[in-house]
Amino acid sequence: MSAPILSATDLRRHFEVKSGLFGGTNTVRALDGASFELVPGRTLAVVGESGCGKSTLANLVTMIDTPTSGTFTIDGQDIQPGDELKDKVLRAKVQIVFQNPYGSLNPRQTIGKILMEPLLLNRPEISAEERERRAREMVELVGLRPEHFNRYPHMFSGGQRQRIAVARALMLEPEILVLDEPVSALDLSIQSQVLNLLTDLQDKFNLAYLFISHDLSVVRHFADDVIVMYLGKPVEQGAKDEVFENPRHPYTKALLSATPMADPARRQERIKLEGELPSPLNVPVGCAFNPRCWKATEECRNKRPDMSDGSHRFACFHPENGDN
Amino acid sequence: MSEATANLPQPPSPLREFWSYFRENRGAVIGMYVFMVFFIVALIAPLIAPYTPHEQFRDHLLQPPFWQEGGSTEFLLGTDPLGRDMLSRLLHGARFSFFIGVIVVSIASFFGVIIGVISGFAPKWMDTLIMRLMDIILSFPSLLLALVLVAILGPSLINAMIAIALVLQPHFVRLTRAAVISERTKDYVTAAKVAGAGRLRTMFVTVLPNCLAPIIVQAALSFSTAILDAAALGFLGMGAQPPTPEWGTMLAEAREFILRAWWVVTLPGICILVSVLAINLMGDGLRDALDPKLKRS
Amino acid sequence: MSLLEIKNLTVEFRTANGPFRAVDSVDMTVTAGELVAIVGESGSGKSVSMLAMMGLLPWTANITADKMEFDGKDLLRMSPKERRKIIGKDVSMIFQEPMSSLNPCYTVGFQIKEVLRQHTDLTRAERQARAVELMEQVGIPDPAKRLNVFPHQLSGGMSQRVMIAMALACKPKLLIADEPTTALDVTIQAQILDLLIDLQKTEGMALILITHDMGVVAETVERVNVQYAGQRVEQQEVNALFSNPHHPYTAALLAALPERATGRHLPTIPGVVPGQFDRPQGCLFSPRCEFADDHCRTKPPVAAGPELGKALCHRPLQQGVPQDQKEVSA
Repeated sequence: MSAPILSATDLRRHFEVKSGLFGGTNTVRALDGASFELVPGRTLAVVGESGCGKSTLANLVTMIDTPTSGTFTIDGQDIQPGDELKDKVLRAKVQIVFQNPYGSLNPRQTIGKILMEPLLLNRPEISAEERERRAREMVELVGLRPEHFNRYPHMFSGGQRQRIAVARALMLEPEILVLDEPVSALDLSIQSQVLNLLTDLQDKFNLAYLFISHDLSVVRHFADDVIVMYLGKPVEQGAKDEVFENPRHPYTKALLSATPMADPARRQERIKLEGELPSPLNVPVGCAFNPRCWKATEECRNKRPDMSDGSHRFACFHPENGDN
Repeated sequence: MSEATANLPQPPSPLREFWSYFRENRGAVIGMYVFMVFFIVALIAPLIAPYTPHEQFRDHLLQPPFWQEGGSTEFLLGTDPLGRDMLSRLLHGARFSFFIGVIVVSIASFFGVIIGVISGFAPKWMDTLIMRLMDIILSFPSLLLALVLVAILGPSLINAMIAIALVLQPHFVRLTRAAVISERTKDYVTAAKVAGAGRLRTMFVTVLPNCLAPIIVQAALSFSTAILDAAALGFLGMGAQPPTPEWGTMLAEAREFILRAWWVVTLPGICILVSVLAINLMGDGLRDALDPKLKRS
Repeated sequence: MSLLEIKNLTVEFRTANGPFRAVDSVDMTVTAGELVAIVGESGSGKSVSMLAMMGLLPWTANITADKMEFDGKDLLRMSPKERRKIIGKDVSMIFQEPMSSLNPCYTVGFQIKEVLRQHTDLTRAERQARAVELMEQVGIPDPAKRLNVFPHQLSGGMSQRVMIAMALACKPKLLIADEPTTALDVTIQAQILDLLIDLQKTEGMALILITHDMGVVAETVERVNVQYAGQRVEQQEVNALFSNPHHPYTAALLAALPERATGRHLPTIPGVVPGQFDRPQGCLFSPRCEFADDHCRTKPPVAAGPELGKALCHRPLQQGVPQDQKEVSA
């Protein structure tokens, strides 16, 4: 395994929210202490339900947003908010593909313009002909046809648009690609086309992927490592096979059993999670999962479990399949 | 990597789709034709007018249109109290009205859109400042405000146009701001930022072109408001000054003859009515065709 | 006797660019108390056919059918007024977006009681009692108190429960669930699916589940209709469908599931679903089908017999192998 291209330690992002007209401010801990590494040629998947902080994490890694605390380094360089010049060089190294291919392409720009814009903005020294040549090359690389170059996004289907979005992200030759639910808006038959494209591109350019998804069956196929998040905190983290085959945190286990499997012969008894997801404004004291957990004890309700050490880490006092 | 699709027939271009929606509204199509006639007349008025608008025929004062007793085909629509040919004056009046519409809408939309975009992207305090200022302008009756401005600047056609543009501009600001705020959270704007687009580029190159549809509709409707307000100012003696053949001014000049010679008042009035109605109909059609919310599947 | 019977239903929308056929000669029967799924990708017309049955399509839609009967009553020849008596009472529907399906201006309780007021002659007090009972039935804690909250105070899962309570208000014989869990989180999705199936069993109503998720189908349903580009291409019992699909589209779709993948690459279906402007001549799936020959590309297929899942195909698959049945189709 090669050296990590991005490493983050104890990354946090808190938002101040005013409650009411005269009320004080409330702190939303959208992301509360995530540590991970991205390695070239490997895919790290972030899994969780709504409000778990996946999108906040994506925004931090793409430098759209800045962390409240914690450090992260890209390619050996510390990221300091407000450091304009270094930002620009670093920004080119991290690109993003969004969930909704219908909203992520500017409807007034042709495909060619969309692809050339990143070069125009970041590499003004490249000549216009060279820009166009590279953009046309990229169009073919993602499996579109040369005549698509001058068309507008509305002429394309969802899957083709997602190819265009991937192409745009690759124009600056990034080293990290953040994939924010890239296939969840696509139909099943198109989803596999886009996933295959992403696999090929990763092999070709040795890209590090941060793959954000709520669909565990896609993650199981696509990822190398997995972080499971719940209400802003990672609860389990490790290599894909270990997490999927031997889940230690009860939430991971419940999530796995709740995911429908396309195999009627394996209709299993699901673990029924009681209750709703708490609001991120009002995270329970102690372990965030304790109100829904079937193993919760007094300890869970009062103390917050820390992440364990090792390659397969989890934050639970009473892990599954463990010595408890 | 397999190719994504064969070269399949494509859906129709946005322009054709726009036209097919626009065509459904018959009023809008009629309005558009009237507007085009209006435009052509304004363009070639000196060529088709039988006389110049200022030429006075002292022997033919207040001559009625040709179909009435006492009229002649020499002056098809009669003459005014100074013996000037009504038809020529009305044709030239179209030029002024069109000119007013174009200039006023250009000034109002140019500044309105810029302020609107800035307000949409600005920090909260600046946004509040701009919008409250616009609210203040909007809270005056528009004609009254225009009158005050003209009174300060001095009565002339140019000053009237500036005043009307100022009064119309808040509508553009509000509309642009609303459109910008709904567009700026979309993913393609974030994508442009990740690609390294600066603030100005995001504002005017990325976001603005996607906000144009409601602005175009507002511009069309403001065109008619501009003509109407200019005519009103002219009628009150604060706009174009006699002997300019502007429709509102013509109305004002002929006020005292309203009982004796109906044509000197009615004809400019009809011109104002028809042109404003046509533009409003066309504007409604534009809105129906451009507004995605009203689009049928 | 079947509860719902639809024969040869076709729905065309008038658009600015000519007619668009959203549903193309679809047949469907549902017997009382049955659990059926309609599976398909976006644009396969799965929701439209149900909306057409309920008379909920806009005026641009042109609906034709040979037969459309619910509980022995002919829906085709029914006046809108008579139809409204059935819709909402004997047939009800829940939708994908629970948050926008509830009217934000009224309390949850008001909306449930409104349904009861429309369709039953219960008194005020009885309506209140029934509303509490319904809320309890769909697993909402503290039901009497929750009747007085507004929709924006509820989470997505809770809103969907309220929608289900409203749909159940008049003890319908048929409940249509249009992607009921797509907008929800995985753990909440599991809760709602369990609830729907429990209710279907205890209330003895028929349930039509419209979905695109093969996993949901496999875990819940008994009988599956697969739709593609407005046509029903296959109908089978769920275990058989997953183990031995007869239509190449179903087979390719199942193969493309990430959890069935063996290698690093997923098997794919090339191309895209045909749209308004590129409908192929013969079989609609032929441009994307790996078994298609010239016959498939020119002649529209006829449905095979029930032993082959009524597959709409010239050469239905048997254990993954295409059969020759060109002569039989007469």
